[in-house]
Amino acid sequence: MVLEKISCQVDRGDYVGIVGPNGSGKTTLIKAILGLLPPDQGQVEINGIPLDRFTDWQLIGYLPQVSAMANNFFPATVAEVVFTGLLGGKTFPRRLQKKDREKVDKILSRLGITNLASKQIGSLSGGQSQLVFLARAMVAEPEILILDEPTAALDPATRDSFYEMVAELNREEKTTILLITHDSATIGRYAARMLYLDRRLIFYGSFADFCHSQEMSQHFGDFAQHLICHQH
Amino acid sequence: MEIGQQIIEALQYGFIQRALIAGSFIGICCAVLGVFLVLRRLSLIGEGLAHFSLAPIGLGLMLGVYPLYIAMPMAVAASFLILHLAARANMFGDAAIGLVSAVGVALGITMASMGSGFNVDLFSYLFGDILAVAGMEAMASVGLSILVLALVILHYHELFAITFDEDYARIMGVKARRVNHILVILTSLTVILGIKVVGTMLVSSLIIFPAVTALQVCRGFRAVILLAAVSALSSVIFGITMAFVFDLPASAAIVLVNFIFFAFAYLVRQLSSWQFT
Repeated sequence: MVLEKISCQVDRGDYVGIVGPNGSGKTTLIKAILGLLPPDQGQVEINGIPLDRFTDWQLIGYLPQVSAMANNFFPATVAEVVFTGLLGGKTFPRRLQKKDREKVDKILSRLGITNLASKQIGSLSGGQSQLVFLARAMVAEPEILILDEPTAALDPATRDSFYEMVAELNREEKTTILLITHDSATIGRYAARMLYLDRRLIFYGSFADFCHSQEMSQHFGDFAQHLICHQH
Repeated sequence: MEIGQQIIEALQYGFIQRALIAGSFIGICCAVLGVFLVLRRLSLIGEGLAHFSLAPIGLGLMLGVYPLYIAMPMAVAASFLILHLAARANMFGDAAIGLVSAVGVALGITMASMGSGFNVDLFSYLFGDILAVAGMEAMASVGLSILVLALVILHYHELFAITFDEDYARIMGVKARRVNHILVILTSLTVILGIKVVGTMLVSSLIIFPAVTALQVCRGFRAVILLAAVSALSSVIFGITMAFVFDLPASAAIVLVNFIFFAFAYLVRQLSSWQFT
């Protein structure tokens, strides 16, 4: 059993930081939410609709871990990759139209990577790739944005501006954010809620409560918990 | 006689016309499907299905039934078996392909040894006999090619999304399982018709060579598909022409032209990368 005893609700417009040690089930939880790994028991609902009947996939933006997408010689341009983020809102035969091209141009411009549009995806650095996949996740203007270790390949300066941009999306466009990270201290500055996993749900609540949680003290030890909360 | 005159004369023959039509259409089909298969690391599925088809071909020859009629449904079934084994039997795709193809070859050899008098026919399926393509086979090649190209165009964005990142495509609501099934069914049918062009031993080269040639020099996905198709078409036309002019086996000539195209594309890639370093 990778993950058990999870029961939680994320409200519209929430910003949830999902943290936990390696192998704690963070990515598994995300994959269960996205329907990639159906749970053995229980169910996932999005907007009150059980996942097996949920069809509004254009409402979801997803940024997987960079390591899961490595294929350096894949013959796709950045624009072609970002286009795939618009497929969720289309029905067969899923033709892409002029307005879709405009959406792609708009998101590339917003992320400051317009110059990469015709570059081959495999020729980009890790940080550039991360921004391209973020563009793919955001191009359909999703209501829910799910980010799996989005800052892993970014340098500190880009990482900070990335967190700021996500916070702005959450604040101004009321986009619901679920963000997996190992960086508990940094995410505590931005996320309204923390969800701590260790093969089961250990904690789910505000960062302030996180800092005073008995369960977290037991998990981290008082000193480590103090350090994380002090940085905040 | 000059080579030009020889080529013009060759084009008057019905068997050359049929060879060019069947070879060109099957070549394009293999190339287009090959791009998806190569990028998904399934390129050897063509090899596996072609080898597996020795069993139904042997059965057809033994029963006196047109072998490709039996080979087509059985190749489709074999392709589903490969997908099933790869997904459910704790083995990677290459092991599943090797397993299924070995069983097919073993059954084909067994039937060839049990029967008598059809070993020569089996030989033509092993190495292809494009100059002996019948009118019906040429028509079937054209029909299948139209079907393949129509389905690829209709499912282009889904195929691209699945090939690039299957998990993400599934999140976007793409029915990955259905699209994968369409891809392997089309591949099975194309491979079986391709056997007539270059034989079971070489048919996978029609799938692999044009795709890897285009991958050397193209950046975008559409460009790879287009160049792979052009490369396949050119190799069939040049190959058949060379075979006629220099009295070479047509299947081998087609594959060797494909290799020359690949070597040229590889050289272009190396030269352009030296320029930029």
